[in-house]
Amino acid sequence: MFELSPQDWTAVALSLRVAAVSTLVALPFGIAIAVLLARGSFWGKSLLDAVVHLPLVLPPVVTGYLLLITLGRKAPLGAFLADLGIVFSFRWTGAALACGVMAFPLMVRAIRLSVEAIDRRLEEGAATLGANSGWTFVTVTLPLALPGVIAGMMLAFARALGEFGATITFVSNIPGETQTISAAIYTLIQVPGGDADALKLVIISIIICFAALLASEWLARRATARLHGA
Amino acid sequence: MASPAGNSTLARGLAMLAVQIQKRLGEFTVDTSFTSEGGATVLFGPSGAGKTSVINMIAGLMKPDHGRIALNGEVLFDNSARIDMPASRRRIGYVFQEGRLFPHFSVGRNLDYGRWLGGHANDTAAFSRVVDLLDISHLLDRRPGKLSGGERQRVAVGRALLMRPRLLLLDEPLASLDAARKREILPYLERLRDEARVPLVYVSHNATEVRRIATRVVRLEGGSVVATGGIELLDATQADVLA
Repeated sequence: MFELSPQDWTAVALSLRVAAVSTLVALPFGIAIAVLLARGSFWGKSLLDAVVHLPLVLPPVVTGYLLLITLGRKAPLGAFLADLGIVFSFRWTGAALACGVMAFPLMVRAIRLSVEAIDRRLEEGAATLGANSGWTFVTVTLPLALPGVIAGMMLAFARALGEFGATITFVSNIPGETQTISAAIYTLIQVPGGDADALKLVIISIIICFAALLASEWLARRATARLHGA
Repeated sequence: MASPAGNSTLARGLAMLAVQIQKRLGEFTVDTSFTSEGGATVLFGPSGAGKTSVINMIAGLMKPDHGRIALNGEVLFDNSARIDMPASRRRIGYVFQEGRLFPHFSVGRNLDYGRWLGGHANDTAAFSRVVDLLDISHLLDRRPGKLSGGERQRVAVGRALLMRPRLLLLDEPLASLDAARKREILPYLERLRDEARVPLVYVSHNATEVRRIATRVVRLEGGSVVATGGIELLDATQADVLA
């Protein structure tokens, strides 16, 4: 029998929420940074590039620890945000933040590549037809970068689902609040006889990632076909 | 320097389009002055004469180092007065050599793009006039990726016309086409010149094309104007242009 306990379901639902929220919130920032890196030339560009990529190369525990000491309740910034009603530590929002930070470099890389591949002469064409830079971005740049944006979202979503180290370091492993699928699996296999339950969650996470991958492939193929006139 | 268009009025600054620009591009310097009274002004000269740079500066896609560009008395660029109107506000149509149609829009939406951005009301009469002039009504639902070279350039002309330009720039619009396609499009360009009442600045290095389109010829070499006049300029210079 393939039955999940209520606690397992909670972990699955929480994982999906954390991954979806972190991806959607990261998206506007990801697009902005990707365009800045693809198009901008400014002092400190390689520094920005390095900082964006840091979560990809740092041990996740280090990223989680850095989040803890900057955004924990006792840290100045964390205390300031808490006064405004924004609390990350030991909340699901903190899990979403940790996942978003970890997924950010993957999202930026995918979007940046597609922005760099755009024929800028099309944007000049838009300018001669009366489009200022804002309209050019919305009507030409962004639609042409769409396959990369979809790929970036997919990578970020999958990375967020799999995120473990930074999340558990930053917001711990609280059932119903910060215990995602990964954390739940980890907890189960620490318990004698928990392997069978862990396996169910493993299968669930494989199914979710597979579905996400297929959906993004399908979307990206549709978007590419639209660009080339289907 | 004889000219059927009459050089004497041009000299008094009554010109519809007045261009006087300098731009350094690496080792090469564009230093060009000419005026246009409407009709079809052809910038004629060998490749590398700076023709495309000149119309890019008129369109606002490239910034001159020095000089002044005025259209119908309105200054578009004047470096001493620090005026540099962005390309998007110049209302100058541009037909690029490669068309540059938006691949993610249908032909119909490509045609409508400039009108839509300009905030003009939907003018179906103007739309069908241009579509008929260029014979592209059967292409409206297609994507640019599915067009032939000749169709693509006709749509590019229509898109530039439908933004209601004050001036239409054409950069070797036939250069990427074979001889048969050139013969297909030239009559449309002649009709455009005679019926659309939009002044044209047409860049070309092809004497046959120029002979059919030009009401006035500005000959460029090495970034500078070497002669201005009517199509008789072609006969005098064809030999060394082809060389």
